[in-house]
Amino acid sequence: MSSRAERGISWMTVNYNKINLRSKLRDSSSSRSVRTPRNDIRLNMPLIQTKNLNKEYCTDEVKTPVLFDIDLEINSGEFVSIMGPSGSGKSTLMHILGFLDRLTSGQYLFESADVTGFDDKKLARIRNEKIGFVFQSFNLLPRTTVLENVKLPLQYRPGLKEKEKNEMAESALKAVGLEHRMNFFSNQLSGGEKQRVAIARALVTDPTLIFADEPTGNLDSKSGLQIMEILDKLNKAGKTIILVTHETNTASFAHRIIALKDGRIVSDRKVDNRNQFNGTLK
Amino acid sequence: MTYKLLLHSSIRALRANRNRTFLTILGIVIGISSVIVIMSVGAGAQSLIFNQMASVGTNMIGILPGYSDEEGPPASVMGVVITTLKAKDAEELKKIKEVTAVAAYVRGVDTAQAQGQKMDITFLGVSADYPRVENAELELGSFFDQAQDKEMARVAVLGYEVWQQLFNGDNPIGAHVKIKNESFDVIGVFEKRGTESFENKDNMILVPLTTAQKLLLGIDHISMIHLLVKSDNDVPAALEQIKSILREEHDIEPGMSDDFTARSAAQGLEALKQVTNALKFFLAGMAAISLIVGGVGIMNIMLVAVNERTREIGLRKAIGATARNVQEQFLIEAVTVTILGGIVGIIFGILTSAMVAGVAKYLGYDWDLVVTMPSILMGVGVSGAVGILFGWYPAKKAAGLEPVEALRHE
Ligand SMILES: Nc1ncnc2c1ncn2[C@@H]1O[C@H](COP(=O)(O)OP(=O)(O)OP(=O)(O)O)[C@@H](O)[C@H]1O
Ligand SMILES: [Mg+2]
Repeated sequence: MSSRAERGISWMTVNYNKINLRSKLRDSSSSRSVRTPRNDIRLNMPLIQTKNLNKEYCTDEVKTPVLFDIDLEINSGEFVSIMGPSGSGKSTLMHILGFLDRLTSGQYLFESADVTGFDDKKLARIRNEKIGFVFQSFNLLPRTTVLENVKLPLQYRPGLKEKEKNEMAESALKAVGLEHRMNFFSNQLSGGEKQRVAIARALVTDPTLIFADEPTGNLDSKSGLQIMEILDKLNKAGKTIILVTHETNTASFAHRIIALKDGRIVSDRKVDNRNQFNGTLK
Repeated sequence: MTYKLLLHSSIRALRANRNRTFLTILGIVIGISSVIVIMSVGAGAQSLIFNQMASVGTNMIGILPGYSDEEGPPASVMGVVITTLKAKDAEELKKIKEVTAVAAYVRGVDTAQAQGQKMDITFLGVSADYPRVENAELELGSFFDQAQDKEMARVAVLGYEVWQQLFNGDNPIGAHVKIKNESFDVIGVFEKRGTESFENKDNMILVPLTTAQKLLLGIDHISMIHLLVKSDNDVPAALEQIKSILREEHDIEPGMSDDFTARSAAQGLEALKQVTNALKFFLAGMAAISLIVGGVGIMNIMLVAVNERTREIGLRKAIGATARNVQEQFLIEAVTVTILGGIVGIIFGILTSAMVAGVAKYLGYDWDLVVTMPSILMGVGVSGAVGILFGWYPAKKAAGLEPVEALRHE
């Protein structure tokens, strides 16, 4: 049995019923996926689990410790905000959890597998198949169309036909409401639109987990709300979302807020009065 | 990523920086086109030489005074006077069964006079067999015979231009021509022969060998022997016999080297080809240095590009690109630039070579435009190799970037 079927409702199925498309995606990736005992995940295993995670940067003999003894569990389907003042280590933590950086000591289990020993190639594959990133500064390729930008993660996945890639990119763009901008160049878009394209790019591989580092940081409040609405919808469709922010307002879209200070977790609480969209934008 | 996609993305990246790409390509264009031009002009010049040499029959053997090794020419070619070869040697060689005609040569230059006209000419003293050896036909009159040579007759046969210039094309038979203040009876005129082996055969005056030696030059050696054998197949046997006869004539002890050089026309051609090839490849090598300069330019630009696009590299890695993917991308970009430059360079080089060939043909030279497929393929191959060679380091550098560092890059 393949992994993704029981992960609950995918955003694609919910919104666009692209079942055949999903199965293609699965076919192309299942043989290369990281093997873990999936059946247990949702029952009693967290998606992410860290124990005594420490991180220090070493530059010319100077060691800068950034994260201290992070113990964390995040389950599949959660919407978590990581908050904290500037320099507290939010991005660093997100980069480690997203396999962009390596921890210095401690343990990191992803889908119950210890990732410490994974080589760069395997990490690249996990990033490609399981994770989507949304950055504060969009990071779209310039002079490149919206469609090409969204397709980019699929280009690192062998075995997909051009037509399939286009279909997948188009439905990801539909999910963020930008299908009409498909053939625009990335520099012809507003900031909010750029960030929605970036979300579509993160979605196109149908990942388990989406990381968003200050996704609204460069946007006006209206576009920011729009982005949060999309993330909220994705979470409702079953995606696990880890959001880094220092705005309380933005953070309260999550179910759970983890606060960092000077590289340590200082609080980890459920959100009571959650901000939620009911399909309309104020 | 497939190669098609990689090519697409590198073309996009190159178009994004048109000016820079153009300047980068220019180095490669200059390098490749100069290699192509030099190879092609070199081959054209060779064709000119060989077309001229080819008019000499392959059943001809030439003997020059002075020893030479297998490849190089004997010293006498360089203008060193060696007096070991004598008219008697030529006589002896006639005894060889395969030999059909033998001509000995001496030469000098002077201003000839006739009927109040003057002309700078080359005079040759030759044996009576000369017309047969050189395959030369007479327009008027006749050539001198062996008896006339023996008795030092003062007779002369004119080249076509000499006839035209000194006699205005009037019948010169029986008239006189003066060389070195000696008067000669004109007995014949050659038909137009043109230039062979870089010698204008039409501004020559030919006199009997003995006459030239004794009367005009005051020497008793000769400068060259040409002889014909029955067919190409007889050449090796004839060469063997020539060697043994001449060694005996010259009293050369066994173990001592020859004091002459005997070569077939084919061997001479081969030796010449080697010398001209060496020159050609040397010049092409010099031109190839500009390719290295172009390659360093590529490396420089690629390093700038890697630095500029650090965030892009970070992003690509974040969405699943492996180090290898990134390396391929930048390597293909470099190779695209150089191959593009290579193709433009080849076109440019061919056009230039065609122009040179056109001008040479217009000036009346027997010049072929030689652009060979191997040289084109080599051009593409070399430019691609330059791309790989000089794109390697920047691509490696890009591939080695840590995703976080690249993403944090300003
Ligand atoms: N490459 C590095 N070398 C040394 N120190 C680093 C490096 N990268 C980050 N740091 C340090 O790590 C600490 C945490 O940085 P991080 O980017 O995670 O903070 P943050 O919480 O995301 O801040 P912000 O809200 O401003 O984005 C900072 O003090 C920073 O100076
Ligand atoms: Mg940060």
